[in-house]
Amino acid sequence: MTSSSKLIRITYIALLALALLAPMLGLYPVFLMKLLCFAIFACAFNLLLGFTGLLSFGHAAFFGSAAYITGWLIKAQQLSPEMAIAAGVIGSGLIGLVVGLVAIRRQGIYFAMITMAIAQMVYFVCLQAPFTGGEDGLQGVPRGNLFGLIPLATDTAMYYVVVSVFVACFLLISRILHSPFGQVLKMIRENEPRAISLGYEVDRYKLLAFVLSSALAGLAGSLKTLVMGFATLSDVHWTMSGEVILMTLLGGVGTFFGPVFGAGIVISLQDMLADKVGSWVNVIIGVIFVLCVLAFRKGVVGEIQAFVERRRRAAAGTQA
Amino acid sequence: MEIFGIPLQAFLGQLLLGLVNGAFYAMLSLGLAVIFGLLGVVNFAHGALYMLGAFAAWIMLDKFGINYWFALVLAPLTVGTLGVVIERLFLKHLYKLDPLYGLLLTFGLALIFEGVFRELYGASGQNYDVPELLSGATNLGFMVLPNYRAWVVLVSLLVCLGTWYLIERTRLGAYLRAGTENAALVQTFGINVPMMVMLTYGAGAALAALAGVLAAPIIQVNPLMGSNLIIIVFAVVVIGGMGSIIGSILTGLGLGVIEGLTRVFYPEASSIVVFVIMVIVLMFRPAGLFGK
Repeated sequence: MTSSSKLIRITYIALLALALLAPMLGLYPVFLMKLLCFAIFACAFNLLLGFTGLLSFGHAAFFGSAAYITGWLIKAQQLSPEMAIAAGVIGSGLIGLVVGLVAIRRQGIYFAMITMAIAQMVYFVCLQAPFTGGEDGLQGVPRGNLFGLIPLATDTAMYYVVVSVFVACFLLISRILHSPFGQVLKMIRENEPRAISLGYEVDRYKLLAFVLSSALAGLAGSLKTLVMGFATLSDVHWTMSGEVILMTLLGGVGTFFGPVFGAGIVISLQDMLADKVGSWVNVIIGVIFVLCVLAFRKGVVGEIQAFVERRRRAAAGTQA
Repeated sequence: MEIFGIPLQAFLGQLLLGLVNGAFYAMLSLGLAVIFGLLGVVNFAHGALYMLGAFAAWIMLDKFGINYWFALVLAPLTVGTLGVVIERLFLKHLYKLDPLYGLLLTFGLALIFEGVFRELYGASGQNYDVPELLSGATNLGFMVLPNYRAWVVLVSLLVCLGTWYLIERTRLGAYLRAGTENAALVQTFGINVPMMVMLTYGAGAALAALAGVLAAPIIQVNPLMGSNLIIIVFAVVVIGGMGSIIGSILTGLGLGVIEGLTRVFYPEASSIVVFVIMVIVLMFRPAGLFGK
């Protein structure tokens, strides 16, 4: 146990060092920032699917509405970036509270359909509302100065802000899951009737998990607006909800690092393929979806964990 | 003549359009409910199959000169066969798993179908002419009724009621219902359940394709027509509850009409009214209007 946790710690430190050095290694910072934003999004989603067992098919609603809120506040109200991001997070958290209150009334497959339907409603609102720019979205959102001091216009400055936010999010999620609250969430995932019979108010826990997840998804959306300088309808579209599911599934549902890995694969794939194959990208994503569900349900990180586990079992077996 | 300040003709026109949409909601949610009942799979690809039905009809006419009346039979057969293949290749492996995996797999399939057709035919729509026999309109005195729309409502109602009769009143339907309750037990009575499951998915796919063929002359045939519809149909299913067939039919038609009326009185809300109703129903009857 100690050796494997030491190994995990070393891996994390190495990855962090890699993230800090990446711009110097010649990796394109805007691409890395986009990747990290989606990694936050996928981790937020995994908090719900992987650790609470709730499949939301409407997480684009939180990602996208926060993207619009932040974009609009900066562009039309000249708010500072940190305030606009905070507003995006609070806004998406509140929307999450409302959606969660409605959706947790049903379970399983209905939960997925309800979240998807409500997200579609948010999409139509974004399409028609006066401040979202309709089909064009919000373009040319300036990055401004963080806390009025640090100019974010250069990609390097922005990159280190994004890395810090990502690390903070990752630590926060890991802290949440290791808290007693997180343990109750896992119990709900494993055996909901038992959690109820032990006297836990399951709905309240689910709702809190839902709100946390939507607020963090909102943080990802806000940050993405700041990085890319735009918020568009594709941020709230149902395909975005699908993409975040794929990232989580591909990386490993219910693993800590899986969603980050999955986000990395999906974003790299889109980035590499976009100019070459055009709209075949969606077909490829569809194929990966099908393969994941049929043959690869644990995801990359999940399969590695299972492999390590098997090896250790085998080793323990030979010793005994 | 006016109703609440809206010209009667416009009012009845939107009402009819609502009824047409409602007929599609009813047909699709019916198929979704039957498939979910027996397979435990929420078929996200249902919208894509509806789109494939419309495209099949359009391709048959455009490339092979097969007219509407033959397409009305051939397109559902083709898509139904595709459904059987999908069930054998993919869905069969998921029955023992959480139903969420079925949703995810069919979501992937929908992305594939949509992506392929988008690549082949672009995102803009293709026109499909109303068949000659049904073109034109009948003047009823108080309104001018486009013949084709009347035909769509009529056919959909007949198909829905036919499905209801098949499932609730025939021996085959009794097997289906028994299979929904306890597949293992039905199998021990010597009924080939895997075959029944396969054909059920095929029939659901064919039903979606039939809706697609019926829709082809009304809306532009385009690759995204299915996914725009399927999410509304999900809301319809949540509102009605998947327990009852008559329930799905009534909910589908009712919501179509409500949507049509909203388009008359407050057009901005017409695209979200179904979702708003879903939220309200969930507040007061979480199991759905016809759910148990």
